Amino acid sequence: MSTIASLKVGQLGIIVEENQHSIPLKLLEMGCLPGAEVEMIQVAPLNDPMYICVNGSHVAIRKEVASKIKITNLDCTDGEK
Amino acid sequence: MGKSKIQVSLIGNPNTGKTSLFNSLTGLHQKVGNYPGITVDKKQGACKLSEGKEAIITDLPGTYSINPTSIDESVALKVLQDTSNSNFPDVLVVVADAENLKRNLLLFTQVQDFGIPTILVINMADQMEKKGISIDFEGLERKLQTKVILISAKKNRGIQNLKVAIENYQSLKSNANFKETAKKIDATYFDRLQEVNPKKSIYELWLGLTQKNVVIAHNEDFSDFSDDVSKLNQYQHKETIYRYQYINSILKDNYTIDRSKGQDLRSFLDKIFTHKIGGYLIFLTILVLIFQSIFNWATIPMDFIDELFGSLSEVIKGTLPEGKLTDLLTDGIIPGIGGVLIFIPQIAILFFLIAVLEESGYMSRVVFLMDKIMRPFGLSGKSVIPLISGTACAIPAVMATRTISSWKERLITILITPFTTCSARLPVYAILIAIIIPSKKVLGIFNLQGLTLLGLYGLGFITALIAAFILHKTLKVKSKSFFVIEMPDYKLPSLKNILFTVLEKTKSFVLEAGKIILPISILLWFLATHGPSSYTKVEEEFNASISEQLTAEELAQQIASLKLEKSYIGIAGKTIEPIVKPLGYDWKIGIGLITSFAAREVFIGTLATIYSIEGVEDEGTIKERMEAEINPKTGGKRFNFATGMSLLIFYAFAMQCMATLAIVQRETKSWRWPLLQLVGMGILAYVSALLVYQLLQ
Repeated sequence: MSTIASLKVGQLGIIVEENQHSIPLKLLEMGCLPGAEVEMIQVAPLNDPMYICVNGSHVAIRKEVASKIKITNLDCTDGEK
Repeated sequence: MGKSKIQVSLIGNPNTGKTSLFNSLTGLHQKVGNYPGITVDKKQGACKLSEGKEAIITDLPGTYSINPTSIDESVALKVLQDTSNSNFPDVLVVVADAENLKRNLLLFTQVQDFGIPTILVINMADQMEKKGISIDFEGLERKLQTKVILISAKKNRGIQNLKVAIENYQSLKSNANFKETAKKIDATYFDRLQEVNPKKSIYELWLGLTQKNVVIAHNEDFSDFSDDVSKLNQYQHKETIYRYQYINSILKDNYTIDRSKGQDLRSFLDKIFTHKIGGYLIFLTILVLIFQSIFNWATIPMDFIDELFGSLSEVIKGTLPEGKLTDLLTDGIIPGIGGVLIFIPQIAILFFLIAVLEESGYMSRVVFLMDKIMRPFGLSGKSVIPLISGTACAIPAVMATRTISSWKERLITILITPFTTCSARLPVYAILIAIIIPSKKVLGIFNLQGLTLLGLYGLGFITALIAAFILHKTLKVKSKSFFVIEMPDYKLPSLKNILFTVLEKTKSFVLEAGKIILPISILLWFLATHGPSSYTKVEEEFNASISEQLTAEELAQQIASLKLEKSYIGIAGKTIEPIVKPLGYDWKIGIGLITSFAAREVFIGTLATIYSIEGVEDEGTIKERMEAEINPKTGGKRFNFATGMSLLIFYAFAMQCMATLAIVQRETKSWRWPLLQLVGMGILAYVSALLVYQLLQ
């Protein structure tokens, strides 16, 4: 299953209910909730950290955490690159 | 009313304009104090309400949640639990920004559960239309059962309404909901928790259990509960999810936002500033511009302060009757104060520029870009800001580490910050470079002296990274590292806020550094002007032994110099001479090293006194005098290339700043870390200077 870390810049995904306890509390509190839409805005060199927009919150997280949050990939047509 | 002053606490997420609101409410009537037992500054100010009533506003550091992940964030929780404190809030004002209302309301619901009347302020009203936001205030007030006030802190709108609401806080009812939430999560679990202490609210107990490390005093025994960490974690997750469900139900009919609006500029700027190559180039350019401006803009006011205090000493010397007290004032206290104030221009300019970068939202992009690069050294992207601040002064830089949530990353950042070339090293570098490095052009355009200075900056920075790497590999520190940084929308910085920040940081520098440097200056003055019994005889013996060929002035200078040699500090210099000799120094330089422990730049002043020069205002004279100083053993110059380089290296590495050590002690709550800095950096400085001197000699 894909995770936030597997999103390409411009792609969207939905955080799944399953395995939600691996989402750190702090991220959950910042709006990274199951069912929320995630957009990959930008990645730093070596894909780390990752700059995402989730539930209207723009945050940067490390790849290590991003790869723990499972999503369903929404095929994205308006993504660039 | 029991009290004439209403205690108000401002709480809110970072980047919501909370500080702007605080500035609007209190104006210049602010003071920064300390929370007892907490290192974070407490910002407070008075706010006039109607009819002579007054509110005391406390600005709590920004936080996303009541579950803290950094020192800064833990303050809010501590304040809300500390019911016996005289500043315990009568009413809370939660500041939210219109764009991120949903996320901001999480903190609101957490805070409301404390049962304190809570007002919701929605800021950035001026941005709402542009961002496609519409809010039904009446609906929101009904649902949240409290006052909701729309303001624009930037444009100073809605502030009066807020003041009225604060004044009438007693009409608000407290609206704690946690009981319901707890029932939904696991009723039996929370019933059991309530039994631990039936007198306390279930929310207090829950926070006492989940935030054991933060809550100041709790007498409860949670041993039945703390074993099951995964359950605790699971319930915290559930709590958050229920809170969001509640928030969604509130916002459903009362709040809409068109996410497609107002994002163009943001994504355009993000493409530029976080570009994989261009982003770094822009950051580098900004760094160069910052250093340029510090050098170009700060010299004029610094020279002015220097001369001001020099002539102040002269004037007082001329007007007051001669005596110990006058000497203390003109040679101890005034230079001591001047030695602190001289750094204000550099520090103020640097903080002005950093505040612009932070306010505009750019700094978060730097953190994003630098995180991966800093990580192999045990640092975080957030360490970049302290390291830049460190080029002005390590004191505010160490304080700037409070936002780093991982204790290990924060500790390493604190420990290595003193390696960055701070402004106190500059006068020492400048004079030594002028003496030992010829002023010639290399490769046609670069000035060799300038390049040397640049090299010293580079040396400081690289050593900082190497030290960080070693600490990262050797320090066994338990720490939960969790990195998340909000990328706020770009905005035009408000000059007013920036000036407030500069004022506050400069003030804290003057106080922190001043309270260390001033007494040490006085102590040094005492040690340099007093000595054992032989000291008092200097004048007589000297007069007897020297013929009258000298002019009166020369005679006075020689006596002064000889007196210093016989003073306590002169004796100390002679004592350490065998230790510093292998580095190429004599006892006079040794005295300079000792006095430098108050602050590095004192070195120049000390040498000036030793070489019996009046005042240091004219750098030409002290430089010429240093150049002319002869090493009696070799007959060559005392400040030759080898000694000069050895001194430069020593000053680059040694931890010669009492004020920084004191701040590190305060921030780490232990003498272990400042001692490690003092000893570790001292050994590195000594060994490197030794090697340099022995190789170049």
